[in-house]
Amino acid sequence: MTDAVKLSVNGVPIAVPQGTMVSTAIALAGVTRFRRSVSGEPRAPLCGMGICFECRVSINGREHCRSCQAPCENGMEVETDA
Amino acid sequence: MPDYDVAVIGAGPAGLAAAVRAAESGARVAMVDDNPHPGGQIWRAAAGKAPAEAARWIQSAERHQVEWIAGARAFAAPAANRIAVETFDGALELGYRSLILATGARERFLPFPGWTLPNAMGAGGLQALAKSGLPVEGKRIVIAGSGPLLPAVAKYMKEHGADVRLIAEQAKRSALLGFGLRLASHPGKLMQAVGLRAALLGIPYLTSCWPVAAEGKDKIESVTLRRGGKTWTERCDYLACGFGLVPNTEVGALLGCRMAGGGVAVDEQQQTSVQGVYSAGEATGIGGLELALVEGEIAGFAAAGESARARALFAPRHGYRRFAGALERAFALREELKALPREETLICRCEDVTLGRVRACAGWREAKLHTRCGMGPCQGRVCGGAVEFLLGWKADSVRPPVFPARIESLARSEPRA
Repeated sequence: MTDAVKLSVNGVPIAVPQGTMVSTAIALAGVTRFRRSVSGEPRAPLCGMGICFECRVSINGREHCRSCQAPCENGMEVETDA
Repeated sequence: MPDYDVAVIGAGPAGLAAAVRAAESGARVAMVDDNPHPGGQIWRAAAGKAPAEAARWIQSAERHQVEWIAGARAFAAPAANRIAVETFDGALELGYRSLILATGARERFLPFPGWTLPNAMGAGGLQALAKSGLPVEGKRIVIAGSGPLLPAVAKYMKEHGADVRLIAEQAKRSALLGFGLRLASHPGKLMQAVGLRAALLGIPYLTSCWPVAAEGKDKIESVTLRRGGKTWTERCDYLACGFGLVPNTEVGALLGCRMAGGGVAVDEQQQTSVQGVYSAGEATGIGGLELALVEGEIAGFAAAGESARARALFAPRHGYRRFAGALERAFALREELKALPREETLICRCEDVTLGRVRACAGWREAKLHTRCGMGPCQGRVCGGAVEFLLGWKADSVRPPVFPARIESLARSEPRA
């Protein structure tokens, strides 16, 4: 992976190929719960295309980012509702 | 003086075709999409490798100097002939003479017990994640729901090493056989279908079959399926389940466009009920790739004032529309699916509202006010398609912003006289 992008998911560093979406990086990091629903259920991506908002996480401190439409960038800090 | 002669919302097949045809007719064109790359869902590039047909349209758009505005989502129409869009780190407004809405479609999700578990997702949803790099090799996948997307997703997953357990298609075998006969008059489509069948060798394609529950603790571990009198449980890592597609009409509704048959209504030149606003592709009704392309071309020509060149494409469009109609009838959702959710099954995933609470209301408006169903971040985009099928309620009016937008973006797009 010469063109790998390095970011962190919940503080754990991970390297992914260029063009990988944040949602995929989260799954690759072994995290299955992207957020907790209003009643506390674990949730993860449903639509994969920016419609359902189930994939929303915090990216560089900005909350409610749809991870399925955000490409990974070097140095990104991603936090799920772990 | 508008910034652009033609602004195109959506860069899938319809949007690309529209942008290219308008630009080659001499119009100054901008194309906006909320994804980082053009191509839409169907041409979503797997690791930068767009299909050849997509690459041709994308290169043509570049050659004709279509301005590409990536990662931008239309959320408001602050003044006549102006549209406000939000990007990851800002907002901007585009002025246009003509607007083309090529906003595509989303999957229709039907709720059943366990459908909210992690790794239970849409058929197109899992496909999108896989194309974005999610490894599926060796993963056990059950594909379910309805429509031609299911075998296409199965083929992709199998080619990428997944253990595709089965495809559960809710339609009856007799309905699909009737459709197969109609395919005979569309040789291209027939070849496509045959090609798919060959690739699917080894994957059971079960008609009249659907999921009744998903089970698991922190994520899906199995899915229970029903076919006729038989019910059984299939262990899986992913469930990819979508019951056809629903047009994305929110931006059209925001602009006051009339709707017809669940999509944005258009005339023969693809113009909506609002002068200067056109629509093409799945936003006008589900019709597939070829129809989206030809509708996009017609809209592009028409928006650039080339109505004669638009007219030359009416005949192929007619053929593809007939095909789309046959497809819709073949995969029509069965009444039995209305019994999928129990009273305690969540309908609205944003606000965690159960079917029982929604059903107790007189209609959409009361459900929104009393239960917050459809009032969360997705603004009813997921539960809307389900509620329409389960209870027969049509979504009511759309209000800006049509997507949750940041305060700074909203401040910039205050309506003006």
